[in-house]
Amino acid sequence: MLQYILRKLLFSIPVIIGVSILVFLMIHLVPGDPARIAAGIKATDAQVEQTRKMLGLDDPLHIQYINFVKGALVGDFGKSIRTKRPISVELASRIPCTFQLAFLSLIIATTFGLILGVISSAFRGTIIDNITMIGALFGLSMPSFWRGLMLILLFSFVLGWFPASGYAGPFWTWEGFKHLILPAISLGTAYTGTLARLTRSNMLEVLGQDYIRTARSKGLKERVVFFKHALRNALISVVTVIGLSLGILLGGAMITETVFSLPGIGSLGVTAILARDYKLVQAIVMLMATIFVIVNLVVDIIYSILDPRIKYD
Amino acid sequence: MGDRNIFKEILGHKSATLGLFIVVFALIISFIGPKIAPYDYRAQNMTDRFHPPSAEYKLGTDNLGRDILSRILHGTAITMQIGFFSVAIGLTLGLILGLLAGYFGGITDRIISGFIEIMLAFPSLLLALVIVSILGPGLYKIMLAVGIRTMPIFARLTRGQVLQAKTTDYVEAGKVLGAKDLRIIVRYIIPNIISPILVMATLQISITILTAAGLSFLGLGAQPPIPAWGSMVAEGRAFLRYAWWISTFPGLAIMFIVMGFNLLGDGLRDILDPQLNR
Repeated sequence: MLQYILRKLLFSIPVIIGVSILVFLMIHLVPGDPARIAAGIKATDAQVEQTRKMLGLDDPLHIQYINFVKGALVGDFGKSIRTKRPISVELASRIPCTFQLAFLSLIIATTFGLILGVISSAFRGTIIDNITMIGALFGLSMPSFWRGLMLILLFSFVLGWFPASGYAGPFWTWEGFKHLILPAISLGTAYTGTLARLTRSNMLEVLGQDYIRTARSKGLKERVVFFKHALRNALISVVTVIGLSLGILLGGAMITETVFSLPGIGSLGVTAILARDYKLVQAIVMLMATIFVIVNLVVDIIYSILDPRIKYD
Repeated sequence: MGDRNIFKEILGHKSATLGLFIVVFALIISFIGPKIAPYDYRAQNMTDRFHPPSAEYKLGTDNLGRDILSRILHGTAITMQIGFFSVAIGLTLGLILGLLAGYFGGITDRIISGFIEIMLAFPSLLLALVIVSILGPGLYKIMLAVGIRTMPIFARLTRGQVLQAKTTDYVEAGKVLGAKDLRIIVRYIIPNIISPILVMATLQISITILTAAGLSFLGLGAQPPIPAWGSMVAEGRAFLRYAWWISTFPGLAIMFIVMGFNLLGDGLRDILDPQLNR
């Protein structure tokens, strides 16, 4: 078991190194001279050269890469080309918002996804099942930015219940909650749909297994069979999807934060890409990819604990 | 797949039929849309700005007085092209990588699998965004960017399928008979792994259309005056409170098409993958 975890841990290191090389090379393929962008439009050639030196852009590529990794390991990504502020400070000020958003949407999506999936499987083939699954399909098929705008239209403009934009602190305060609830619903909906469908199909698969028939024939109450035997087993593979969904949530946060004007990592990433602030883009891509790899690792480990059938070799 | 009549089976499956109907409808609109559009999609009419949906303008007009219905009809072809061509790019590259990794194994497999793993570590929208920012905006560059995003997904799927197919009797038999690698891959392996790949392709078209629409919404899509639906939604955003129709209808159009591909993909999975038939 421990060996399995260690192996997984070791295997994720080359992945992160690969990600860093890819990120580094990708950014250096961006057209346009970063030194010129950094120095400003009015800069003279001499000033551009000076900026190039200052940013270390005149070093050979491998030296630049080593410096990038050295910095990244201690959380120092240099300064933003656009704002001239240290990137680590910029990121740190924006992480709470994205974390709050991702966490709240994960709570909403997991709760509703599981409940709807279970209800759907319990009422398989009935109108309840059909309505739930059609709803899930709608959730999956909507563009997230459009869903965000429609939520703003209905709940902010027509009903006036929630503000249309901005961040006001953590969701456990009322002000913070009021500002985060619409973005969280918007971000979490696609995932709610995925999870509802997955939970339903897992439940139906498990309910068809022999041990469920055994449990029933032992005379156990249907409720016990359903919740204790079936649901517990169906949830095992649902766990893996939570890991994969985090990548979707982080990517989706870029759009949702832009729609709701939230000061998070995602909207920062969009601004950075549009402004060709390559150092900032580098840092954000690296951060998101690393989080993604780590979460997947954790999910793998949890999965192996939950499912004793998994092989450790 | 072989001798089965997939088309007949789709028609026997309710949601697959609906999905196929939507997709075919959208394809037809891609071709005849510009011809049946009531107005010129570029024509600005400053006296009829922010015109709500009416008999004259079925879906209203935008901030420049352009007819939204005409713009949606013109944009259908772009959406469908992005869906098909991007997935075709990702599928081709992914299929090749997956076949090489799964069939030859060893060091080839290690390198390709490592590469797939790295690609999958990027949140998908982020990857597409970075690629578009490298390539610059434009229709074909978007297709490439969102297409590359699907490559590791197809590669991983193909690799797994090939590993399964390799152990089957017909591949063993082919080898014993002295068939060349390429012949075994083309004659025996591909036909046996194509079903799940087809299902995945259909479902990926919907995700790809959504991703591309997201890029357009952020301003990294096809450039004006091409009426990409995502950028139409973005244009209406500033006027949402007063002119809801500008953003609402293009978004509905995206949802309609994406739903069609989702229904078709789910249906195909039910039909082609008996393991998942429940």
